[in-house]
Amino acid sequence: MLRIKGLTKRYRTGDLALKGIDLDVPDSQVMALIGPSGAGKSTVIRCINRLVEPTAGSVALNDTEITVLRSADLRRVRRRIGMIFQEYALVERLTVMENVLSGRLGYVGFWQSWLRRFPQSDIDEAFRLLERVGLDHMADKRADELSGGQRQRVGICRALIQNPELLLVDEPTASLDPKTSRQIMRLIKELCAERKLSAIINIHDVMLAQMFAERIVGLRLGEIVYDGPPNELTPAVLTSIYGEEDWSATIRKAADEDPDSGKDSVVPFERSLSDRDRLAGLT
Amino acid sequence: MMSVVVKGGLKIWQRRDRNAQLAIWVSWLAATALFVYCFQLISEKTIWAFVWDAPAQAGDLAARMVPPDWGLIRHLARPIWDTINIATLGTVIAVILAVPVAYCAARNTTPSVTLVRPVALFIIVASRSINSLIWALMLVTIVGPGVFAGIIAIGLRSIGFCAKLLYEAIEEIDEGQVEAVRATGATGAQVSVYGIVPQVLPAFAGISVFRWDINIRESTVLGLVGAGGIGLELNAAITQLHWTQVSLMLLVIIGTVIVSEWVSAKVRHAII
Repeated sequence: MLRIKGLTKRYRTGDLALKGIDLDVPDSQVMALIGPSGAGKSTVIRCINRLVEPTAGSVALNDTEITVLRSADLRRVRRRIGMIFQEYALVERLTVMENVLSGRLGYVGFWQSWLRRFPQSDIDEAFRLLERVGLDHMADKRADELSGGQRQRVGICRALIQNPELLLVDEPTASLDPKTSRQIMRLIKELCAERKLSAIINIHDVMLAQMFAERIVGLRLGEIVYDGPPNELTPAVLTSIYGEEDWSATIRKAADEDPDSGKDSVVPFERSLSDRDRLAGLT
Repeated sequence: MMSVVVKGGLKIWQRRDRNAQLAIWVSWLAATALFVYCFQLISEKTIWAFVWDAPAQAGDLAARMVPPDWGLIRHLARPIWDTINIATLGTVIAVILAVPVAYCAARNTTPSVTLVRPVALFIIVASRSINSLIWALMLVTIVGPGVFAGIIAIGLRSIGFCAKLLYEAIEEIDEGQVEAVRATGATGAQVSVYGIVPQVLPAFAGISVFRWDINIRESTVLGLVGAGGIGLELNAAITQLHWTQVSLMLLVIIGTVIVSEWVSAKVRHAII
């Protein structure tokens, strides 16, 4: 599990992005982190794998204290944390296969990676993952030839081939259309369930967060203002996170189906989504 | 500076207010006056009789240049081959040396912004500010006349050019891709190879070919100071007033440059 205590980040400009965040994420929990732009969502997840250096506080992943690690140990702990990015962040000029295998860089030596001599077990796993997300026929395509949804699925494979204990997901759907967004979120949720992974998903779209996360944390100005189940997100709570607005179209109705049911009947699920798709544009 | 004036309830918009407009007119007037004054100075020191005579002189020289001395072409194969080699080997040396310099000069990859980066930038400026002909002059006195001096001169001259364009390419890469590779637990070297190299490879190839193309042209004159290649023959022919040979050499140089530009355009097109 992940345990964050008193996490504080002050940027060099003097902006206090995080004001002492406390957050526990138990094993195999999918958690959504919502909040307005500039609330510090990206900073939180980047402080966990230290792409951004936290100013104060502690981050522990299964009893490894991350904030104190030196470079080699930090790299070792980064192997245990998969990350998925907003603009996919694939290396555009490398092939799909190379992008997926780059998730194994922490495990292979420099010359092995330079010469693309990855162990057969890694290659097997890469093909397995690509097959799982439906892209095994694309392995030799260059990443910049893929559509947005396909790229994000490659990004997911790259994160999963690390065999991580935790997934950090930064706005996975911000560059995708509503339907692809749902497919990607469903895929992330299913894969987390299959692998008993916990995940922190930064997401703008409140409705998507409610559909696919079992826990919602609301961040405002670097502070946690809500931490609870998706169905307790009332207009009052959303106002406390985002400020005053008419939330009636955003809140998921109690009559809406359970997101899990999407697994067994994809087509009716998608059809029932069409209303939400339209509404998603309003949020 | 735009200006809005309210006149009788109408908002009148002009691109500039009156003072800005006036300042622009005054600047144009001053620039024109300066130009006329400078022309006067130059005119006083020019022997106009020579200038009026120029078309006749040029016609005379042209007449003495035709027909080109085609018999000499066999003797030019070797010098032009030398010239191409100077350009090619010089470019290879420059490109190899430019990579670490560019890496140290780019703000996002340099090991130290305060110590290493200024040194790298100085190397770039020093290399770029000295013309290859001057490099060649110095090198001829250091390593002696010949092709070797030419290669080194071209190499030293091109480091700055290649390193500057390359470090600008490195600074323009998408940091997101680099961040994603770093997040997997890759080492610094692996981050470079997976996150940075693929992004700058097209720029790198384009810069190399572009510089090679420039170097073909630059190396044709290096012979003037004794650094080998076709320039050596050209210099000899001019001093001996063998104008039919000169015209042939000029034709050969033009042909070579056209071919090199064609190759460079093809290669760049293939990469991008």
